[in-house]
Amino acid sequence: MRYAETGFNLEVDLTRGNIERVATDPADTELYLGGLGTNAKILWDRVPPEVEPFSPDNLLIFSAGLLCGTPATGCNRTIVSTISPQTLLMAFSMMGGFWAPELKYAGYDKVIIRGKSPDLVYLWINNDKVEIRDASHLKGKGAIETAEIIKKELNEPKAQVAAIGLAGENRVYFASIEQGRSSASRGGIGAVMGDKGLKAIVVRGTKDINIARPEEYLELCNEVLEYIKFREENPIPGVIPILARLGSPQEMAIHDEKWHTENFMWGNSRLRRKGFWNEEVEKEWTETMERVRTRLISCYNCPLKCGATISVPGLPTYMMKCFSKLTYTMAAMSDLDFGFRIAQRATEYGVDGYSTPQVMAFALELYENGILTDSDMPGLPSDNEERFFWLLDRIVRREGIGDVLANGTYWAAKEIGKGADEYAHNNIKKHEQLPLKLSMLNPVYFLMYSTGEKINITQIEGQFPQAPFPERKDREEFVKGWFQVPDEKFKQYFLDWELRGENSLPYYPTVDMACDIVDWQEMMHYIDDALGMCAGLSSFHLKPPYHIHNFPKFISSGAGIDMDEEKLMKAARRYRTLVRAINIRRGMRRKDEKPPENHWKKRFPELEAKLIDAYYKLKGWNNDGIPTRESLHELSLDYVSEDFIKRGILKDDEEN
Amino acid sequence: MTVDKKKKTIKTININVDLCNGCRACEVICSAFHSEPKYSSNNPARSRIRVIRDPLRDIYVPVYAGEYSEAECAGRDKYTIDGKEYDECSFCRASCPSRDDFKEPDSGLPLKCDMCEGEEEPLCVKWCLVDALTLEEREEEGEEEEKREELEIGLESLADKYGLDKIIDTINRMSKK
Repeated sequence: MRYAETGFNLEVDLTRGNIERVATDPADTELYLGGLGTNAKILWDRVPPEVEPFSPDNLLIFSAGLLCGTPATGCNRTIVSTISPQTLLMAFSMMGGFWAPELKYAGYDKVIIRGKSPDLVYLWINNDKVEIRDASHLKGKGAIETAEIIKKELNEPKAQVAAIGLAGENRVYFASIEQGRSSASRGGIGAVMGDKGLKAIVVRGTKDINIARPEEYLELCNEVLEYIKFREENPIPGVIPILARLGSPQEMAIHDEKWHTENFMWGNSRLRRKGFWNEEVEKEWTETMERVRTRLISCYNCPLKCGATISVPGLPTYMMKCFSKLTYTMAAMSDLDFGFRIAQRATEYGVDGYSTPQVMAFALELYENGILTDSDMPGLPSDNEERFFWLLDRIVRREGIGDVLANGTYWAAKEIGKGADEYAHNNIKKHEQLPLKLSMLNPVYFLMYSTGEKINITQIEGQFPQAPFPERKDREEFVKGWFQVPDEKFKQYFLDWELRGENSLPYYPTVDMACDIVDWQEMMHYIDDALGMCAGLSSFHLKPPYHIHNFPKFISSGAGIDMDEEKLMKAARRYRTLVRAINIRRGMRRKDEKPPENHWKKRFPELEAKLIDAYYKLKGWNNDGIPTRESLHELSLDYVSEDFIKRGILKDDEEN
Repeated sequence: MTVDKKKKTIKTININVDLCNGCRACEVICSAFHSEPKYSSNNPARSRIRVIRDPLRDIYVPVYAGEYSEAECAGRDKYTIDGKEYDECSFCRASCPSRDDFKEPDSGLPLKCDMCEGEEEPLCVKWCLVDALTLEEREEEGEEEEKREELEIGLESLADKYGLDKIIDTINRMSKK
């Protein structure tokens, strides 16, 4: 018997209309765990670098994490992996909600989509019965609207639906996959789904998920619940509100937006508005929030209420979470009411809440600077907010200038020319980033921005405080009860970190310390992504309930795989390296690994080079960021080095 | 059957639908607790509590499995509370032919909440950190009924479905094997 996982994947060929239930190899679970790990293995094996994102041979993999569907609190992530049309690299966006556990109860760990359907279809998975159904009546429908129609026509109110909106259908490079209160947004995976002619995947499952050592597993779950209660009652002092409490940043619960509105940039990631947050704004925004927010809601099996039901008078109800609360508002230099109104339309269209506002602000900046003109934007309204709605409508329909903008700021700038690339200034690896522009280089963040292959800062940061605490006594207080550290040395790193003087940014944390910190942070995210754990209870947080010391126990008692810390770290390193290998094979190199030029005002090229050198070395990569034969061998990834040698990426006689 | 006046503890689970966050942790732990051996598997479809949810209409009602009913209701009423329309079934505890809830998904046998006998408190309450489910206990004098075994309840529902004669025949045949 297989434990925690079902041991079966669903292989769906949309070109031929073929559906197969395929048993998986338990040895792969030992090596790559599940979720992101086994997704990476499948993409490596079956999607060579010659395959374009919009080729029928590109795979779109929906995977539940290894522990999804078990009683482990907050373990509900769906990890969607494919090749991104925007970055041309591997995309592995994730969503919370209810979809992954339902897939497990239906009897599958993954749904692997290949080929292309000639007509728009949806996939209906009802335990053993799986069918491809006509979706022509859903063409152009909103993502949330689609889910409602399907549940009604199937008479299955308990089914979970992951669907694309118009943006996905029209292959917008930042189209999302929406699933009720959650979405997998980054990397344009919704565009790949649309390219495959797949409007939605609908799941209903009523089977068991088995646990290898039940009593032991439940005890671990109870410990986590107790610790969540403790953390809720004892927020971490001295840090910003969204880091003090567990969960996704509690954007739906809090009213105080001083930190975001005054530290993040407005417009096309240009303007910092110090002093913006005053009593009047606070009153108005609080009233707006109270008016539209019906209820705070959660993902499957989690007490943290990170999402909310939003009902703007006159508009259909939708659900929201996290920072999309402010991205549209700030890009348009508007207010919260506008943010909620446009987010409703954006959610139905199915677009990424980070990239989309930035693409629109970018377009308007080009217009203001004469690079785009009235002939490019015929009919552009004069009202600022109306302009954003106008642009959004055109982007998702790929109408006129919208067709250019639908490829994101990097590709749009290339196509527009006339110096437009100066305005596409906030990308990493062709992907729009959070609007942050800071002063002094932070070595830890420099490494995360440069080398993170999820290409999103919130999906690599966590565990270690973002900034030093001014008082040593507060630092001493913080390291007390910091049992989550993989090694005691991290406590010392933090204790000695000062705001000013020798032990301050940018030379402290030192190069070696910065490498250690980033390696730990990234590892925790990769473990989450294989197990299906929410970063909001784990990798994103300081002092989270899940950590490197209890995860091995969860895996061994849950999945029945013999696991300890060392083995888990090695597994995480293995599939992390495999993700890199996929991207290296697609041409990614050191030259691509850099934050936006203007992310920090004060840059230190020599230090930055040292940081990358040292980090690559720690990771077992050569000076160009390519995993070495030796490190690949150590991770039982010899098949990767063989391929690298065949392709001339590594040399046969190369020492490293 | 003898009937005695006895003091007994009445357990009430207070359900506050306004506090429900719709996470279904109650379903998770209920189905885990009632699996054999305990916690060995998990499947909300087997849970004896179900959250009737319709997020876009802000409907979240945790309902406990109660008595088995062999027939569905003749008519079904609708309730409007605070402007939200609820189907009568949203509040009904019955395991009945009109829905899949409160039945074992494979055998179709009815399920009933037993307040997690042997535990300090029902585990759905323990796992509901948002306090949508809370427990209240009070002493009450009442007539004590003999407790019906799970087997008896199960057999009765099978008898309803297939007829008692057929059940007896089958048991006779099986016992000869």
